[in-house]
Amino acid sequence: MRALSGAIAVTLLVAAVPALGAALEGEAQQQATNWVAIAMFLAFVGLTLWITKVAAARTRTASDFYTGGGGITGFQNGLAMAGDYMSAASFLGISAQIFADGYDGLIYSTGFLVGWPIMLFLMAERLRNLGRYTFADVVSYRFAQPPVRSFAALSTLLVVTFYLIAQMVGAGQLIKLLFGLPYAVAVLIVGVLMMLYVLFGGMRATTWVQIVKAVMLLCGASFMALMVMAQAGFSLETLFARAVEVKTQGALAAGATAGEAAERGGSIMGPGNFIKDPVSAISFGLALMLGTAGLPHILMRFFTVPDAREARKSVLWATGWIGYFYVLTFIIGFGAIVLVGTSDFYQDGTGALRGGGNMAAVHLAHAIGGDVFLGFISAVAFATILAVVAGLTLSAASAVSHDLYATVFRHGTATSQDELRMSRLTTLGMGALAVLLGLVFEHQNVAFMVSLAFALAASGNFPALILSLLWGGCTTRGAAIGGTIGLLTAFVLTVLSPAVWTDTLGMGTAPFPYSSPAIFSIPAGFLAIWLISLFDNSPRAALDKDGYAAQRLRAETGIGASSASDH
Amino acid sequence: MGMASGQDAALLDAVAADPRYHALVAARARLGWWLSAVVFFCFVGYLLLIAFDKALLAMPIGGGITSLGIPVGLGLIVLAIALTGVYVAVANRRFDSQMAEILRSHGA
Repeated sequence: MRALSGAIAVTLLVAAVPALGAALEGEAQQQATNWVAIAMFLAFVGLTLWITKVAAARTRTASDFYTGGGGITGFQNGLAMAGDYMSAASFLGISAQIFADGYDGLIYSTGFLVGWPIMLFLMAERLRNLGRYTFADVVSYRFAQPPVRSFAALSTLLVVTFYLIAQMVGAGQLIKLLFGLPYAVAVLIVGVLMMLYVLFGGMRATTWVQIVKAVMLLCGASFMALMVMAQAGFSLETLFARAVEVKTQGALAAGATAGEAAERGGSIMGPGNFIKDPVSAISFGLALMLGTAGLPHILMRFFTVPDAREARKSVLWATGWIGYFYVLTFIIGFGAIVLVGTSDFYQDGTGALRGGGNMAAVHLAHAIGGDVFLGFISAVAFATILAVVAGLTLSAASAVSHDLYATVFRHGTATSQDELRMSRLTTLGMGALAVLLGLVFEHQNVAFMVSLAFALAASGNFPALILSLLWGGCTTRGAAIGGTIGLLTAFVLTVLSPAVWTDTLGMGTAPFPYSSPAIFSIPAGFLAIWLISLFDNSPRAALDKDGYAAQRLRAETGIGASSASDH
Repeated sequence: MGMASGQDAALLDAVAADPRYHALVAARARLGWWLSAVVFFCFVGYLLLIAFDKALLAMPIGGGITSLGIPVGLGLIVLAIALTGVYVAVANRRFDSQMAEILRSHGA
């Protein structure tokens, strides 16, 4: 693991998301073609294409496309939300991080989880009561539509594009690794399949693909964790003791003295190199926590359920499944130290894992269940990428067709059919763009892009949503311009940070020394919206402020909320 | 969007004038902000511990190998799920039925 590559090791210390980074970068070696994995994956693809065919027959209106008709239950939506959130990068990346450094992996898991309760407590019912298809419906509720929708669409496209690049490059690397397919073929397969789901099945197919994938991933991870715990006599203490022993023996074998080796072994039980400086620590944590509540593809899921009650339930289910998944990942990571870290079979001559550092969970699958279970876990990883990418594309297509085309360009005169046509065209465009970007960024370090997506969502969408929902003084100009300022602050500071300025662009010492911009860009977003609204004396501002009382009433009571199905 | 629809205007006015509505919304907001503050400060406190006192989290507990950081980290995960459950239980049972009652009394 340490020998993964010099460059990556350096990046890992400074980059915001080393665990995800490890999954997303690191040139993967192409493996021998794994036929069991391919057969399992074909079964999954067959099932999802059948789902798409069934869903396509029922996707006739824009509402079907964006929200699956709005009749998805809280339980189903919770699983789909969890599916959107549990990416292959977090499964393989976090378990790899634990395999390498132990405890640090848990810090990511908590950061990724704590945004969900905040989203529920401050936004869930208000989102559902005011929105129809996209989060822009909510932000722009009482404002002049074109400026606020343009901001929301810009922000959605930026967040989705960076998230998408990270997923596509990760997909190409992982598939090359797991299935032995060439990178370009892997990226093309992901692009085409994801386009088919979204294009024909819209939200209904995307939701069911997410659900199938979430269930597969949770089952596979549960089985792995169960087997690991069985080997350790169902005692975490025994598991930790063995892992420390393995790490200590490894350090001894590498030539450390007994004292050093014991220290290195014991180090996996506490926080290590994850956080260098406190500012980066808090900043990165804030981006994860508040960014979750601003991710357009997650927010969009609030509109697939019939009412606020089901919306709350979906967040509870999502939080439960995601939290459970992170506990499993933690056990899997330690299990990999014990079962994979001790076997020469999974390592090359130098002590590094065969196939790269991210293979920890995959090798563990083989150690536990042989070739068949290895094939299953590989197929699950591929399915996971496909589902996440489909969800992202759907949210970008909605932003373009519903926010930009129907509202900004056609001023609400577009028919449902026009809107549907535009979303499909956008889906085609996004699919092509995703494949293209996947190919362009093949050899780039894209680790920073996931943290950038979270930072953008936390600095633009989150302040705009919170202030438009909870502050009567917020105006059109404040939301549109202030939100854009938050967005741009996060973007510019990320470009000036070490992960991009130094490691990706090779421009020398970074002007912005911290790994995440959030601690500056989130306040910048809030402050900009507040100040601009405060000094906005335009006639429109008076209308905006007058509209708050009615918006608040509707947000709190659900009166006039868009119904489950409007056709 | 909803702004244009005026058929609910009478109902909205009636609800806005109802003190029970204001009490309910205030109670729900108070619960939401309190729970948010708990989650926020627990997580930020955890980050501060990681930043400033790594040794504390690495300290073994119970005379074994398991460190204090394990129950703290896993505890945060459990706390997030538990508080989510508390809010959904209170909002879906108490607040929703109270709101339905208010709306019904105004002819919704």
